[in-house]
Amino acid sequence: MDTYLRVDPTACSGHGLCAELLPERITLDEWGYPIISAEPISPALRAHARRAVTDCPALALLLERTG
Amino acid sequence: MSGITQSTALWYASRATGAVCLVLFTAVALLGILVNRQGRLPGLPRFAVTGLHRSLSLVAVVFLVIHVLTAIADSYVSIRLAAAIIPFTSSYEPVQIGLGAIALDLIAALIVTSLLRARIGRRLWRGVHWLAYAAFPVSVLHSVTSAADLRSGYLLGLTIACVLSVVAATGCRIVVARRAASTPLTVGGGFIDDRLLEKGATR
Amino acid sequence: MSNTAMMEFPGVTAPQGLPRLLGPGGADLPEHLRTHGPLPHQGALIEEIEAAGLTGRGGAGFPTAVKLAAVARQPGSKVAVGNGAESEPASHKDKQLLWLAPHLVLDGLQLAAAAVGARRACLYLHRHDQLRRRLTDALAERAAAGWDRVAVELVTAPPRFLAGEESALASRIGGGLARPRFKRPPVYERGAGGAPTLVQNVETLAHLALIARHGAPWFRQVGTAAEPGSVIVTAHRADGVTVVREVPAGLPLGGLLGRAPAQAVLVGGYHGTWIPVQQAARLPLANAALRPLGAAVGAGVLAALPPDRCGLAETARVLRYLAAESAGQCGPCLNGLPRIATAFAVLARPGADRRCLDDLERWAGLVTGRGACHHPDGTVRLVRSALAAFSAETGRHLRGRCAADPAAAPFLPVPGSGYAAPSARRDWR
Repeated sequence: MDTYLRVDPTACSGHGLCAELLPERITLDEWGYPIISAEPISPALRAHARRAVTDCPALALLLERTG
Repeated sequence: MSGITQSTALWYASRATGAVCLVLFTAVALLGILVNRQGRLPGLPRFAVTGLHRSLSLVAVVFLVIHVLTAIADSYVSIRLAAAIIPFTSSYEPVQIGLGAIALDLIAALIVTSLLRARIGRRLWRGVHWLAYAAFPVSVLHSVTSAADLRSGYLLGLTIACVLSVVAATGCRIVVARRAASTPLTVGGGFIDDRLLEKGATR
Repeated sequence: MSNTAMMEFPGVTAPQGLPRLLGPGGADLPEHLRTHGPLPHQGALIEEIEAAGLTGRGGAGFPTAVKLAAVARQPGSKVAVGNGAESEPASHKDKQLLWLAPHLVLDGLQLAAAAVGARRACLYLHRHDQLRRRLTDALAERAAAGWDRVAVELVTAPPRFLAGEESALASRIGGGLARPRFKRPPVYERGAGGAPTLVQNVETLAHLALIARHGAPWFRQVGTAAEPGSVIVTAHRADGVTVVREVPAGLPLGGLLGRAPAQAVLVGGYHGTWIPVQQAARLPLANAALRPLGAAVGAGVLAALPPDRCGLAETARVLRYLAAESAGQCGPCLNGLPRIATAFAVLARPGADRRCLDDLERWAGLVTGRGACHHPDGTVRLVRSALAAFSAETGRHLRGRCAADPAAAPFLPVPGSGYAAPSARRDWR
């Protein structure tokens, strides 16, 4: 059961906070939109990921558990 | 302390915290518009703008609660707790307190939905958050009608500065958003300049 | 497994060979009744569809039984939609099917609605007055005869490439704009108006209507074991003739494209794959053979490019259209597709700079998988396959030459003059 970070691309407007809050998994493309690595979010990063989800001004991020 | 002195202290506390609220909520509104426009504060990371907006709003709420409670506790004028929440039910200055009650209700809605935003979903949160543009003018009206000292001297200057800054920021937001919406974003519609094709440039 | 409790209707035999869907006898309800028999009321439809191995004919090729079961499992009242929008400019098979056999499609819609427990049914169509009148008349006949258990609503799709995308369709049917959405939750869980929604291409529904009458073994009499049944194909032959034909799955592509010489074949429409003709001619129309080449049967659109055209220029025209048809909701698509289209347009002119190739590759990597729908992915598939199939032409363009006939007319059907890129919300309604 792994946790993944996903972005709703229709909600995302490229604020870029997420890349500051979780640089281990998120980088910004040349237009300012997040590129989220496909790896699962390890327990160590989960608190940071949760903060990115809550702080996103567009509420575009979500954590989902699959597996 | 005698009854009158205690009342005076509470009265001053209420008016002072009211003035602080005006300044703080002005800052919160300006920061909110800055977040929406993806603006930056010099030297600070992007998450700081959002963080400041949120932190300041919670500080402002603390002052707001003190402002309301001291006004209720003050025995010189009779303002029941219910009158602070239900508009226009106060026996003392019903219109002025009523406006304050409306502002309080709106701000309560903003704060509660924002604390729960990850759980209530984007549409509901955003829908309620638009009420901020109603809460601010109602708060200002409440302030100006309730406090005579806001209508003269440097407090008047402060009030005008607060109102003007929010009006200007809102104006900027509308203008920029409208310009962005009218820019065609499709090929051949201006987003990709056909003249680029002549030069062979692709950036 | 296979439910053989089919109603036997005297005088009706299952079609032998082809055509099955595009044959005569479907024009009005009495003729349809004589040719195919009445609408069967069958209990175990989903099992029968599973045994038949029917897959979606709208492009994704998803197993129909799995989709039906997924929707049927959901709580509450469902919506069943027949997708006849056919937003691909190069595809004509759905319009043809709806014109020739509207009752087969509508039978399929009723059967699918019953199988999933839908109390609302819709048929989604582009604006086309004649076709709409045909369908309205067919629905009126069925209503008069009391054939339909669930009333069917005709919903108009805006003239957008993405209007037929599953979530865009669900949004439009729910009263909103025909724009795709992020697929959490999926459309089969929350679709039109928040209800679980079944979306099936009209050809899939027509096959379903025949399987319900004649059974899974009959369906498997044509096609291959892995990909059974017949497929309706829109073939743009190199001689300029466009043909809509119902063929068995697995038929070699060469047989579909006539004998006029061609340089490459576009398989799968504008989100499809260019394949050089020597390779393409021997390929069967089957995903088993096409997938290893990065291609798929899709909605059965094939186009054979004549040797005197420039494959890069044709692709550039298509890319310009695809970029303009972005819903503009997702940053990577909104930013990437116009840039890709421009870079390809530069490449399509002789004397192009090598830098366009680097830019194209970078942007292709940036947009793939980063939209709410597969529009960027399909566009990138077209770009990469064009660069591979037309690599010789690319080399010539970089050296300032082009082997094509400059006087030749554009080949692929892309909306041209009179086409206005969507710029307002009403363009998506």
